[in-house]
Amino acid sequence: MKLPEAAGLALAFVARLITGAQGHWHGSTPKAEQRIYFANHQSHFDWVLIWAALPHDLRAVTRPIAARDYWTASPLKHWITREIFNAVYVSRQRAADGSSADEDPLEPLMEALRHGDSLVIFPEGTRGHGADPAPFKSGLFALAEAFPEVQLIPAWIDNVQRVMPKGEVVPVPILCTVVFGAPVSLRPGEERRAFLDRARAAVMALRDVA
Amino acid sequence: MGALRALSVSQQVGLLFVALFGLLALATLISFSRSLQDVPAEQAALRERFSRELRALWLGALLFWIAWASGPLGSTLLFGLVSFIALREFVTLTHTRRADHRALLLAFFVILPAQYVLVGTGLINAFTVFIPVYVFFAIPVISALANDPFRFLERTAKIQWGITVTVYGMSHAPALLLLDPPNYRERGAFLVLFLVLVVVAAQLGQEAASRRLRRRPVARAISRSFSWRAFGAGAGAAALVGVLLYWVTPFKPLAALAMAAIAGAAGMLGEFVMMALKRDAGVRNFRGGSSVTGAVGLLDRVAPLCFAAPVFFHSVRWYFGI
Repeated sequence: MKLPEAAGLALAFVARLITGAQGHWHGSTPKAEQRIYFANHQSHFDWVLIWAALPHDLRAVTRPIAARDYWTASPLKHWITREIFNAVYVSRQRAADGSSADEDPLEPLMEALRHGDSLVIFPEGTRGHGADPAPFKSGLFALAEAFPEVQLIPAWIDNVQRVMPKGEVVPVPILCTVVFGAPVSLRPGEERRAFLDRARAAVMALRDVA
Repeated sequence: MGALRALSVSQQVGLLFVALFGLLALATLISFSRSLQDVPAEQAALRERFSRELRALWLGALLFWIAWASGPLGSTLLFGLVSFIALREFVTLTHTRRADHRALLLAFFVILPAQYVLVGTGLINAFTVFIPVYVFFAIPVISALANDPFRFLERTAKIQWGITVTVYGMSHAPALLLLDPPNYRERGAFLVLFLVLVVVAAQLGQEAASRRLRRRPVARAISRSFSWRAFGAGAGAAALVGVLLYWVTPFKPLAALAMAAIAGAAGMLGEFVMMALKRDAGVRNFRGGSSVTGAVGLLDRVAPLCFAAPVFFHSVRWYFGI
């Protein structure tokens, strides 16, 4: 076993020890199909939790998105995101108007999807504060349009803000769940905003299932 | 029984484990052969529940065997891990705020290991006062430093209570290994086994009695099955098992009976208290899959032990004057 693999197993073990990382599947099953998982975002821990809740063989083909400037800043951060998580790096610079800038930062994601990998994205764009997730950014729509054959799986992450609130470094052991829902797909001719709101509603609907 | 008492330690251990695993294997065989029959749904659900309990018993017995084989260090680590999981579950069910983060970190990563280190190193006096004195003092200080007065007493009290039950209470089980009753060298693990078995016997006796005799519940809003009659039956079952096992203990038969009844009663009352807590948190039982948190349901199983262990520990100390 190579070092990254061993480190990955150790990390998944720690994540499970601290949060339980329980994955519940309602409306979809953990299958090795190409997928985009999209979830609410409250903590840096979110990605690790989804990753640990996935079955072991799906972890290798499911990739997170990492901000290039932050996650390549030190050799350790770079090594973790590159070797353990196989992250897709994106640049954070955006043009002043939101719409035209979407094509460029999404290119690495498109590349990964063309390659056949699954992705986990947090369409709120940033970690939320309130009880409800913020409105979704349009990247999800662009990906759904470009890759109609890739399944879009909503996921609700519960309790994780208690594990590691913003600004804290050490996680407190509290049980968390990830609920995966039924696939959402882009309807023919559906407007961007309507689709994004529907996707957000699909994520929030899982809160009551949990 | 006197002959049993005269056996060497390793012979007694062997006999106990053979009996324990033999009984479990027999129960599993019976349950398996009965599962092949066709029964109405209600009874099938009951049997399903029984086989789930049986699996838990198997797991408990195996863990216990591992703990025995790996010595005092192994059993201290094992109970420490159980404490950790139970506390994790308890904290999940209570409403904590952001400001409690540091206090919770202290509980999980400092207090819990420290308590088990004190147990593991045999500092009886230190381990009995560490949580009631020093932690009692430290937790509210850390919480107050977090600068959030909202429901302050409630929040600190909950954390303290959780630590007391899941860490302090539980740590008294491996602490039995430290006790050195006269003519009882190296046999502390038997006391742990004795405690676990009589607590389980009390639970089973109580459950069986409450199903057979429908009595008026003592506190309907908390538990529909807890009645004094069933409680008495549970204590009786514990006492019976205690007498049957007296040869592994340092007690005389009557003392074994009394100790078993005390431990069993403390366990049942502890479970009753946990039931009140669950009602408050809005859960029927901690297991049941995804109910609130997807909690694994360990707290449910170990709560009786958490309450019975300190009572039993100090009864033994008092009885032998050690």
